[in-house]
Amino acid sequence: MIQVEELHKSFENLEVLRGVSLSIEKGEVLSLMGMSGYGKSVLLKHIAGLMKPDRGRILIDGEEVTSLGGGRLERLRSRLGFLFQGGALFDSLTIGENVAFPLKEKTALNACEIRERVRYELEQVGLTAAENKYPAQVSGGMIKRAALARALVRDPEIMLFDEPTTGLDPIIGRAILTLIASCHRRLNFTGIIVTHQIPQVFEVVNRAAFLHEGRIRMAGSPEAMMTSEDPVVRQFISGSVDGPIRY
Amino acid sequence: MRILARSPFLTLVRRTGKLSLFVVQRMGRMGLFLVMALFYAATPPLKLDRLLKQIQFIGFQSMLVILLTGTFAGMVLGLQGFYMLNRFGSEALLGPMIALVLIKELGPVLAALMVTARGGSAVTAEIGIMRITEQIDALELMGLNPFRYLIVPNLLAAIIALPLLTAMFDVFGILGGYLVGVKLLGVSGGTYFGEMATYVDIKDVAEGVYKSLSFGILLIWVCGYKGYHTGFGAEGVSKATTQAVVLSAVLILIWDYFMTSVLF
Repeated sequence: MIQVEELHKSFENLEVLRGVSLSIEKGEVLSLMGMSGYGKSVLLKHIAGLMKPDRGRILIDGEEVTSLGGGRLERLRSRLGFLFQGGALFDSLTIGENVAFPLKEKTALNACEIRERVRYELEQVGLTAAENKYPAQVSGGMIKRAALARALVRDPEIMLFDEPTTGLDPIIGRAILTLIASCHRRLNFTGIIVTHQIPQVFEVVNRAAFLHEGRIRMAGSPEAMMTSEDPVVRQFISGSVDGPIRY
Repeated sequence: MRILARSPFLTLVRRTGKLSLFVVQRMGRMGLFLVMALFYAATPPLKLDRLLKQIQFIGFQSMLVILLTGTFAGMVLGLQGFYMLNRFGSEALLGPMIALVLIKELGPVLAALMVTARGGSAVTAEIGIMRITEQIDALELMGLNPFRYLIVPNLLAAIIALPLLTAMFDVFGILGGYLVGVKLLGVSGGTYFGEMATYVDIKDVAEGVYKSLSFGILLIWVCGYKGYHTGFGAEGVSKATTQAVVLSAVLILIWDYFMTSVLF
């Protein structure tokens, strides 16, 4: 469903992506791992059409994202949900209004239907009580859950999660991953999760890929990742300071 | 070849070229930003609720500062004008002098500078924060055009509000001048307003309106652009806000001179 081919991206003199190739099947959830600052978020933003690559292409259902613009890009984005690292909730709107926002702007649902839909989504993420609160009035975990509700409110076919557990305590982090898994069972989206929550993330994904020095160094099942003989992958998975990875 | 590459002259040429390219690129980006803002402002759909909110913010909430600055600008003009005209025995012309200075120059310029300081800076900061917290990316991913949602309502609000605020500034300035000239310094009230009616033409009023309209476009163009292309983090937003206010103020004065000398 998602095909990334030889993607290159540089920022001034820094080459972040040096030929990333990756494919994700329909309904599959993939965990994208790698050191901080090695281009995982950049790759997600390319898939969402928020960035243009220097070289290479991305295909979603055979349609090249990198060359899309205007109405065709908008149509593609209507199939896509994105959970941003910081939530990216609109701070001038309440949690409920944030979740309602995409429905109000992009669907023909009436106010009553929107209210019902918002309540349902907030119930799914356990945020019914926070509906009338502003993002500044709730915790980091609640912001992530509210952002998840907003991303899922239009039933996307593809979900991109940019570090959904970063900055959260291990219990809330695990709860978010469990929530993602239950949402996947409900909606059967194709997803990519960028996270450092290892090995917990392996319980909710079908496959994992390791991005290192601008390329996919390894892609395979969570089990294969855990038992990898590659010293770089092993060092990353174990979180050891000794090894080939310089930081 | 290596010696040539290190020559100070070539280094200077290279740096000048790099700077020129940078300036041209920035000007192009700013020009394109304005064209896009005007295009989206002229084509439907319009976010009416956002427009009303921004008219309230840029227009209504600036009224107090306009009232204060307008009144005191008129009072100062009344004082200075009276003592200057008194030297030539022409105190009777105090009313038209104050009215013409306010309507043609000070009203549009000072109102625009006040709105830049109060509303323009807030526009830059708000859009800048939305940029660094990925809220603008979120808008794009929802299939919404950030220009229509963020820039157009501010642009139209400024186009609507600024001429009205300028008119208010002029009225309060004339009343401030009346307070000083008539009530404090003894110019006849009838002369103050009577001479004003004789000397102030509708063309002068139109000049002020044209200026305030163009200043409205200019300040949202600069402040919106700086917010939209803000740097990283809190420092980036702070820098963008300062640059937006300074650049808007300078451009307003330059554009004012240009309009006065070329167009009128």
